[in-house]
Amino acid sequence: MCKKTFSFGGLHLNKHKISALSPIQDAGVPPFVYIPIKQHIGSPAQIIVKQGDKVKIGTLLAQAYGTISANIHSSVAGEIKKIEEVQSESGYFEQVITIQTTADDYEAGIDTSTQISNDIPQNSAEIIELIKAAGIVGMGGAGFPTPIKTSIPANKSVQYLIINGIECEPYLTADGALMLEKPEEIVIGAKILNKILGIQNAIIAIDENKPLAIEKITQITKRYVGVNVTVCKSKYPQGGERQLINDVTGREVPSGKLPIDVGCVVQNVGTVFAVYEAVMKHKPLYERIVTVSGDTNLTTAGNYRVRVGTPADYLLNLAHTKQSQIGKLLFGGPMMGISSVSLQAPINKTTGGLIVIGTQDSLRAEESGCIRCGKCAEVCPMGLMPFAIASNLRRNNTAPLKALHAADCIGCGCCAYICPAKIPLVDYCKLGKYEANKQK
Amino acid sequence: MSDIIWLNILITGGIALCAAITLYITAQKFALRVDPKEQKIEDILPQANCGGCGFAGCKDFAHACVNASAADFAKLYCPVGHSEVMHKVSQILGFDAPKRKNTCAVLRCNGTCQAAPKKIDYNGLKNCRVANLVMIGETGCPDGCLRYGDCLSACQFGALTINAKTGLPQIDADKCTSCGACVKICPRHLFEIRPISDDNQQVFVACSNKQKGAQAKNNCHNACIACKKCASLCADIKVEQNLSYIPTSVSPSEFGQELANNCPTGAIIYKSQVKKGKKNV
Repeated sequence: MCKKTFSFGGLHLNKHKISALSPIQDAGVPPFVYIPIKQHIGSPAQIIVKQGDKVKIGTLLAQAYGTISANIHSSVAGEIKKIEEVQSESGYFEQVITIQTTADDYEAGIDTSTQISNDIPQNSAEIIELIKAAGIVGMGGAGFPTPIKTSIPANKSVQYLIINGIECEPYLTADGALMLEKPEEIVIGAKILNKILGIQNAIIAIDENKPLAIEKITQITKRYVGVNVTVCKSKYPQGGERQLINDVTGREVPSGKLPIDVGCVVQNVGTVFAVYEAVMKHKPLYERIVTVSGDTNLTTAGNYRVRVGTPADYLLNLAHTKQSQIGKLLFGGPMMGISSVSLQAPINKTTGGLIVIGTQDSLRAEESGCIRCGKCAEVCPMGLMPFAIASNLRRNNTAPLKALHAADCIGCGCCAYICPAKIPLVDYCKLGKYEANKQK
Repeated sequence: MSDIIWLNILITGGIALCAAITLYITAQKFALRVDPKEQKIEDILPQANCGGCGFAGCKDFAHACVNASAADFAKLYCPVGHSEVMHKVSQILGFDAPKRKNTCAVLRCNGTCQAAPKKIDYNGLKNCRVANLVMIGETGCPDGCLRYGDCLSACQFGALTINAKTGLPQIDADKCTSCGACVKICPRHLFEIRPISDDNQQVFVACSNKQKGAQAKNNCHNACIACKKCASLCADIKVEQNLSYIPTSVSPSEFGQELANNCPTGAIIYKSQVKKGKKNV
C-alpha cells in the first residue's frame, strides 16, 4: 500500500503513544461540573437556564447565538448551583454554568443503547438540523461549528470528504482509541456526512502507527459504499488540515483560502462519531474521549470518556497523578497544547488530552544566538522562514511580515522543536501572525 | 601629436556639451515642483517620522498642510512639535494656529511588583503580545500590565523606562510626545493619551480591571474595586463594568488631590507636576 505524506517540511517525532491500546474507561460523574458557554470559535452561546433549575443529561443550557456559534448541553443530571466565572486553561476567566450532580437521568429521546443503527435519514436538511441542535463542533482542537463546515455555499463544490484519524501529536491516543472501539459508528458517521455533502467519496486517513485501527476500519469499509481508507506516513504535522489535504488529494490550499476552495471538507474522527451519535441516537455532544498521559513516573496513562465540564483535577485523580509534582499540565498535545494555569480548569469539547510533565522537563532550554542553519525553514510544513520572521520582530520591524506570509503559520511548533539554538521560534511566529493579521 | 590632443579635447568636450544641454532640458521639463512652503514646513517639523499625526511621516504631513483649506488645517496637529511648531507652520500658511492642550501618555495600571506579586510561572518568550495570546499574565490579572516592555521598544523618544522597583513602565512626560506608538502596541490597551491641565496637573484611574471588586483585589491591592467613592465626590465620574473612569473634563487642580486621597485602594493617581522641565505654553 502506498503511504502518503505532505510535500515538504515536517518532523519524525518520538511518538510516546503509551496509552495506544488502553481501553476507553468511563470517567464517571464528578460532584460538580463547570460547563463553559464558549467551547467553540465564534460568539459564546446564550444562557437559557437560571440558578436553581433542575437539568437532565442532554438538557439545552445555552443556545447558539449569531452565525458562528454552537449549542451547549448539560453533561450531567443535577441542579444548577451558580452561573459564575472560572479560570480556563489559559488563565482567562470564562463564564461557566456550575451544576451539582445527582444520579444519571437522560432527557427524553436520547438513545443510550450501544446497538449500531445504520438507517440514515433521507432528508439532508433534517440531518443538518440534528447536527446543529446537538451543538457539534470540530473536536480536533479548533472547535469550529460543524454545521457551518458542512453547509456548502452555492458557488462551491465538494469532491472529497476527508476524515482525519491521524492524531500526529505525541502522547495523544484519544482518536486512536475511538477508532479501535467504535469503527463502525465512525464509518456510518462518514456516510451521513457523505449524504449531506452529496458525494460518495469519504476518505478516512489513518496514521501508519495505528495498524489495528487500519485493519478494523478497512474491514468495515468493505461493507459500505463510498467510504475508503488511506494510510498516511507517521510524520508531524500530518494531521494538520492543510497538510492532510495535500497528502490525500495532492491539492494545495492557497494562502488565506479555506479547504472548501479546493473542494475538500476535513472532519476529525471524534467529530464524525459525534455526528453519528447526534443523528442516529439523538444524543447531543456532551462527552468526549480524553487521553491522560505524560511522564510515567507521575501518572498512569489511559483513555477516558469524560463529561464536558469535568474539572481537570478530577480526571487526574482518576489517573492516579501525583498532582503536587506536576511541572506543567498541558491541555492538548505537547507540540500545540496550552500549558494550563489552573489544575481546576474544566475540560471542554475540544480538549483531546491532558499531558502531565515533570518539573525538570517543563523548563525551557537557554536560548543562544541564531547560527543561520536554516533547519526551521526546512521543517516548516507551510514553507515559511521562521528565522526571518523572528529576526525582523526582534528589531520591531513588522513591514516584511506580509511578504514572509507570517499569517499562514499554523503554530505546529516544528521550528522551535528543531532549533539547535533553542530560540522560541514558534512564539515569534505567533507574534508575527498576530501582527500580520493586524496589518490587514 | 598635438593634433590628437586637440581632437580628443574637441570630441570629449562636444559630448560633454551635448550631455549638459540634454540634462538641462530634461531637468527643466521634468522638474518636480515642490511648493517652497512645503519645504519650509518640513524643515520646521521635528523630523521624528513617528506617524503620530496620522500621516506616513513629516514630509507627508507638510504636504497635507500646504494642500489643506483653513478648516482642514485646524484638524492637523503635530503631537511631537506641539503648539510651538504648529504656530510656526500656521505663520507660513497664514492660517490661525490650531490650539490644543498639552498631552502625554498615562499607564492605566498600577499593578506594581508589591501590589500584584507574581503567581504564575511563564517561561515563554518575554513579550507582552505573545504572553497575552497564550495566558492571563504572571500576576493573574486579565487586564493588567504584563511588564515585559513591548511599549519600550515602540517608543522612539526614550520616554518609557521600566521602573526597577515597581516593574511597570514609567512615563517621562518631558520626553513623551503623545505620538501614540505605545497605545497601538500594548495588547491590553493600557496606555491613554491624556491632556495635561494648564497648571501642569493630571488625575486618572490607574486600573483597567473589569472584574468584580473582590476578584480584582485578590490579584492586586491597587485595583479599582468600583466602590463609587470617586463618583460621589465628582458627579462627572462614571463607574461602568466594575471600573471607574475619570473623564478629561474633570479638572485635576480642583478634584485631583481629593480623589486620590479618598480612593481606598490607591487606584487613582494624581500628579501635581506632570512635566518637570518644560514651562507650560
